[in-house]
Amino acid sequence: MESSMYLPEASLDAWLAELASSHELIVPRREGDAIVFGPYDPSVSPDISRDATAPPKSSVFPACEEIMRYTSVKDTDDLSKTLVHMEEVMPSGSRVVFGARPCGTRGFTVYDRVFDAPAMHDPYYVARRQSTLFVTLACSEAGSACFCHWVGSGPADASGSDVLLVPVKGGWLAEGVSDKGRELLSSPLLTPGEKYAGEAKAAKAKAMESLDSAADLKPAPEALLAVFDDMEFWNRMSAKCISCGACTYLCPTCYCFNITDENKGMEGSRLRTWDNCMSFQFTLEASGHNPRPTKAHRLKNRVGHKFSYYPGLHGGAIACCGCGRCIKSCPAGVDIRQIVLAAMDRAKASRQGNTTGEHA
Amino acid sequence: MQPLEDLKAAIKEALPGLDFVIGWENGWNPLLATPLFMYSPEDVDKLTWGPFNVNNPATYLSGLKGKKIGVVVKGCDSRSVVQLLQEKLIRREDLTLFGMPCTGVVDATKIARKVGDLGMISGAKRTNGTLSVTTHEGSVDIPWEEAAADKCLSCQYPNAIISDHFKGDPLPPTLGRDPAAEQLAALEALAPAELFAHWKDAMDRCIRCYACRNACPMCVCRDHCIAQTRDPHWLSQDDTVKEKLMFQMIHSLHLAGRCTECGECQRACPVDIPILALRRKLNSVVKNLFDYQAGVDPSAVPPLFTFQVEEAKINERGW
Repeated sequence: MESSMYLPEASLDAWLAELASSHELIVPRREGDAIVFGPYDPSVSPDISRDATAPPKSSVFPACEEIMRYTSVKDTDDLSKTLVHMEEVMPSGSRVVFGARPCGTRGFTVYDRVFDAPAMHDPYYVARRQSTLFVTLACSEAGSACFCHWVGSGPADASGSDVLLVPVKGGWLAEGVSDKGRELLSSPLLTPGEKYAGEAKAAKAKAMESLDSAADLKPAPEALLAVFDDMEFWNRMSAKCISCGACTYLCPTCYCFNITDENKGMEGSRLRTWDNCMSFQFTLEASGHNPRPTKAHRLKNRVGHKFSYYPGLHGGAIACCGCGRCIKSCPAGVDIRQIVLAAMDRAKASRQGNTTGEHA
Repeated sequence: MQPLEDLKAAIKEALPGLDFVIGWENGWNPLLATPLFMYSPEDVDKLTWGPFNVNNPATYLSGLKGKKIGVVVKGCDSRSVVQLLQEKLIRREDLTLFGMPCTGVVDATKIARKVGDLGMISGAKRTNGTLSVTTHEGSVDIPWEEAAADKCLSCQYPNAIISDHFKGDPLPPTLGRDPAAEQLAALEALAPAELFAHWKDAMDRCIRCYACRNACPMCVCRDHCIAQTRDPHWLSQDDTVKEKLMFQMIHSLHLAGRCTECGECQRACPVDIPILALRRKLNSVVKNLFDYQAGVDPSAVPPLFTFQVEEAKINERGW
């Protein structure tokens, strides 16, 4: 098996149909004015004209999943007792996600360190992750909200992917990244791709050049800790935030969840659903006390987690893939890049005895 | 632009007596200005005015009780301020209102239909009837009617309804199409099953981020929304279309006769679900029953804040 094959654009639909015959195929689909990932429909071509509005995160980390069902029954021998029958619901089947961009796919590497680690093994997450393959589409050009290169990635980053499709004349050079990915390239619809290697390399370099120079985020983890108690700074940074969950739910690296039992009479389901730290309820305690009572506390957590606390726990890895969805889809135009830069400025200025940073 | 310079001067003069003034500055994208909180004269210099000042700054007001706030408003924004005042949710004496005549703002979703990814836009400029948008592929001229927010095409209130400092010459109402009314009429013409299919299809992609709610200037429950309480348990965490649509019903009913149709709910939706139609429907019912329009008369009592023993258009005992 060649590790790089050529996929002509004209064969894309046929190849997708082939993938769909052996896997559940998930593709970016145009729905109204948005592009969201959903089941492949052979009658509608996937929309890969631009990065999808929502990332493919629900393919491995569903917005809502039933993790258990239960039924309560009266014990006929002792009516004062109720017996509960429980049934675990584990994910099954195999999936291929086609058409995510490198940032959206790379987000799962952030999840892996949390849900598939020696300290913690989440069977639901791991079952889906191991049975989901990613055929990722390298970007040809960066947009103004893109900052993948700030966080150690780039427009052709293959981390988390199984196959990387690099745009070349008349189609894509399909690069096998994992063994399972290389197996997907055994289709007769694909032809040997050596002669496109040079063109693919040039396309990757051109995409990288379309990005502005990257900010150096090395001081960020320490700077965010230094401004942790500086509520004047956080109040100003969060002033225009409306405290909704668009940024977190569209984020390929946000993985917080809630667990609730939803009863229907004598039976019910235990659901795991996305939750988000921008919500007041996220840290609301049973006593009524809330350690993050204002949107300033909550935005601080969102930025701090991604650029300081997570890197502190996971060998410096930043929990942000730089896709820019939180910027693009924020109803109030909050730009996380500005906040991180302003925190670094503020920390530097306060070390020098001056409290106003140039980005603040 | 002289009126803008005059407005900045008025804000700088008022600033020492205020906690801050809310307006707009250039955002990450040339097409989208972003809310600006002005604390200092240097901040005031960043203030912009024009077709990209889309956000409704009135959204912030109910969360800023006890502060002395200045707000720069478009005509439509001022309607939200008026409605909040009518409902006694904010105090007039805490507010200083700044305004300029507005000739309409853009709808980024409509523009994305023409140019694709908003992230690829490097420039945007309005000249009279055209919005020129520049991307790496060149410049696209979009007729203003196809780039503007629907509400702007038939705007009845281009000037702030109430203000303390209004700069520039007031503009007459805009007499154009009302595409939102046309969309609502098209939905009303559907049979119930088709209508349900429409909402089922549209709400399926809802991610329950509640941006629609949080962007709404009239959604004042903020951190205590019934959508997220467990007791009462109006909505479950199950992410079915039924639950998602139920939230839209709750939101729309709470806005009946209160919604100023600023369109922030629909604009804020990251997956572009056309939810404003639900609010428009409830408002048309209120208009027919009570001949009332929200947020245009500071001294009017909103119809659902009072009652008449005999309502002129509600047949209560005529069975």
